[in-house]
Amino acid sequence: MACSAAAKILHNPLLISSSRSAEKSDSCCKILGPSSFLGSTSLSKKLVSVNKGVSRASRRSANVVAVSSDVVKEKKLKSNSAAPSLLITKEEGLVLYEDMILGRVFEDMCAQMYYRGKMFGFVHLYNGQEAVSTGFIKLLKKEDCVVSTYRDHVHALSKGVPAREVMSELFGKTTGCCRGQGGSMHMFSKEHNVLGGFAFIGEGIPVATGAAFTSKYKREVLKEDCDEVTLAFFGDGTCNNGQFFECLNMAALWKLPIVFVVENNLWAIGMSHLRATSDPQIWKKGPAFGMPGVHVDGMDVLKVREVANEAIARARRGEGPTLVECETYRFRGHSLADPDELRDPAEKAHYATRDPITALKKYILENNLASEAELKAIEKKIDEVVEDAVEFADESPVPARSQLLENVFADPRGFGIGPDGKYRCEDPKFTEGTAQV
Amino acid sequence: MLKILKQKAVSAPLLRAVVLSSRNYSVSAKQMNVREALNSALDEEMSADHKVFLMGEEVGEYQGAYKVTKGLLQKYGPERVVDTPITEAGFTGIGVGAAYYGLRPVVEFMTFNFAMQAIDHIINSAAKTNYMSSGNISVPIVFRGPNGAAAGVGAQHSQCYAAWYGAIPGLKVLAPYSSEDARGLLKAAIRDPDPVVFLENELLYGEYFPVSEEVLDAGFSIPIGKAKIEKEGKDVSIVAFSKMVGFSLKAAEILAKDGIDAEVINLRSIRPLDRSTINASVRRTNRLVTVEEGFPQHGVGAEICASIVEDSFGYLDAPVERIAGADVPMPYAANLERLALPQVEDIVRAAKRACYRSVPMSAAA
Repeated sequence: MACSAAAKILHNPLLISSSRSAEKSDSCCKILGPSSFLGSTSLSKKLVSVNKGVSRASRRSANVVAVSSDVVKEKKLKSNSAAPSLLITKEEGLVLYEDMILGRVFEDMCAQMYYRGKMFGFVHLYNGQEAVSTGFIKLLKKEDCVVSTYRDHVHALSKGVPAREVMSELFGKTTGCCRGQGGSMHMFSKEHNVLGGFAFIGEGIPVATGAAFTSKYKREVLKEDCDEVTLAFFGDGTCNNGQFFECLNMAALWKLPIVFVVENNLWAIGMSHLRATSDPQIWKKGPAFGMPGVHVDGMDVLKVREVANEAIARARRGEGPTLVECETYRFRGHSLADPDELRDPAEKAHYATRDPITALKKYILENNLASEAELKAIEKKIDEVVEDAVEFADESPVPARSQLLENVFADPRGFGIGPDGKYRCEDPKFTEGTAQV
Repeated sequence: MLKILKQKAVSAPLLRAVVLSSRNYSVSAKQMNVREALNSALDEEMSADHKVFLMGEEVGEYQGAYKVTKGLLQKYGPERVVDTPITEAGFTGIGVGAAYYGLRPVVEFMTFNFAMQAIDHIINSAAKTNYMSSGNISVPIVFRGPNGAAAGVGAQHSQCYAAWYGAIPGLKVLAPYSSEDARGLLKAAIRDPDPVVFLENELLYGEYFPVSEEVLDAGFSIPIGKAKIEKEGKDVSIVAFSKMVGFSLKAAEILAKDGIDAEVINLRSIRPLDRSTINASVRRTNRLVTVEEGFPQHGVGAEICASIVEDSFGYLDAPVERIAGADVPMPYAANLERLALPQVEDIVRAAKRACYRSVPMSAAA
């Protein structure tokens, strides 16, 4: 059948080898060429000439291309100038470095505070995955949305929520971004468009798809000038969940401006990705639904940034969703309560050598983008920011009793009508917690 | 009157049929069925606010699985009346995400039984979010669809979810009975900034009720959280919602012939529950019968009974009579289904028991 023939041509040259190292054969990149990133016309023209009888439907799927991160390396190697072409400027480099250091130091401080009893409940730390958050979120505008999972502290920080507010929220104080009512797993910020923080895996994906739907609706129905993009972050375990597939389908069907970012850290608590998934290559699930699926080395912030740039630009242009699988690793356990006994120490040691912050630092210094002293100054500044955040959170007050009943409804009359026939919220004693509810 | 007729003729073709068949019970009372009431409410709210959009299975080209959204696709286009694939969890979450980011979705479930596939989104990402985000993110969404038993549709299509959703803080749960309820409550729900679960009833869609001019006005709405006393009485209070209100009114007619003057209360709102109206009524009549279609354990009647015992214990002259559906999954056979659901005779017998008249305990099959 014509469709399956086209699929074969597509996937063979692009098939990623099962080894998870960054070394891939150069031969596969030569077929693609530098401009065939994410389904460009050069590749599809080649396919059309080969299969003249290809129907419309399969030509549409022929545009979907799965790409390896080697294209980035290929771009660099093909540069002809005497000086190596840099992927970032000095300013960008320092912004990325600062963001990643903030994420790392903040999460380390969270661990300390947890063991001192100032933070409680479920706390899931992001150490080791900073390249994904920084690589993607630093390309967004303020109006773009980010939806995450319970591992959301660093996504909120990268998006611009002040460290003070996140730390206070974790301490359960009233100065937190959700006034202490959400906690570690539920970071919401209307100002910075962080739409959560969800405890159930897969729950954030439809919500992100809805925010993308709103962007498209604003543009097409309300005729507003809106090209906002939504990023949905989730893990490898989530990619087996039904809601993930439902949303891949609807996002591709309606061409929504969303990027699905898989933070594949190989482990879902103690369940290895390879034990849980029939086909572990998650990027392949994109083309099955009619969108590009891309695999990228998530321990290298510059590679992530390149892929992110293209995916976000695609969404802004109205070409629809992209599925990006970032190969990454979490240095700590699933949460602070996880003894982390199932992971092989050799694996942990291997990924520790690929620490994204060390890699970026090396890149910056080797390419003379900044001096060691400037980087040290950034680290010192971040240390102070995080220490200040802890002090601020420590000194902040706990929520007042009256806060218990507040914000159940946006319209407080939702508590109904009291015995005196008036709305309960009109009773002055209502939020003191002593009124009858 | 003429102005309103002209408006109706322009907006939706099916309402012309109502105009032609209107009877003159009173000078200004028209007849409108619940389906038309819901359709007109959706139509008016969508034209008043462009952020309101519909989403669900078969709401567009099929004109609505129960024809409630008839004509809306033609009027508002496919971007505002969105036909979805069969993906309850996915599209409910999409509706919630759209509400987070500024739109006002109305998500239709073909029945609330299918909403169980999406219940995580209704409760965890819609109901709890305003609280978790401490007012940062509000969720102005309406989840609507038929609830409860229909006729012979079997166990998986017949459950009543009023008690489940009524337990969740952060949700508003409405259960209209008449066309006036349907119109007023749906408009209030769409305008409300909080998540609302709107429990309709499939068997009521075709029933006609008289509607006054006030109800037909585009600005009409009913306050959420207030019950309506459908019929006043002094001997026993019968509290019901949705289809059971109709049964209770019929039971009240039968009881009147036996000298029992029953007061029938239409709850309209399951959450927030109008405890003050129920308590005030029981303090007058001293006897209470609650009627619901759903399963008896942890049902709406159980909550009302507890509320009365807490607040008006001294006023009760008899134990509270709870009528609910049978404690079994809904059977298919027609006679068994009739046995599994409350009937008018059950309400009559319970009211007589509450008034200490001796009656047989069970009905004949």
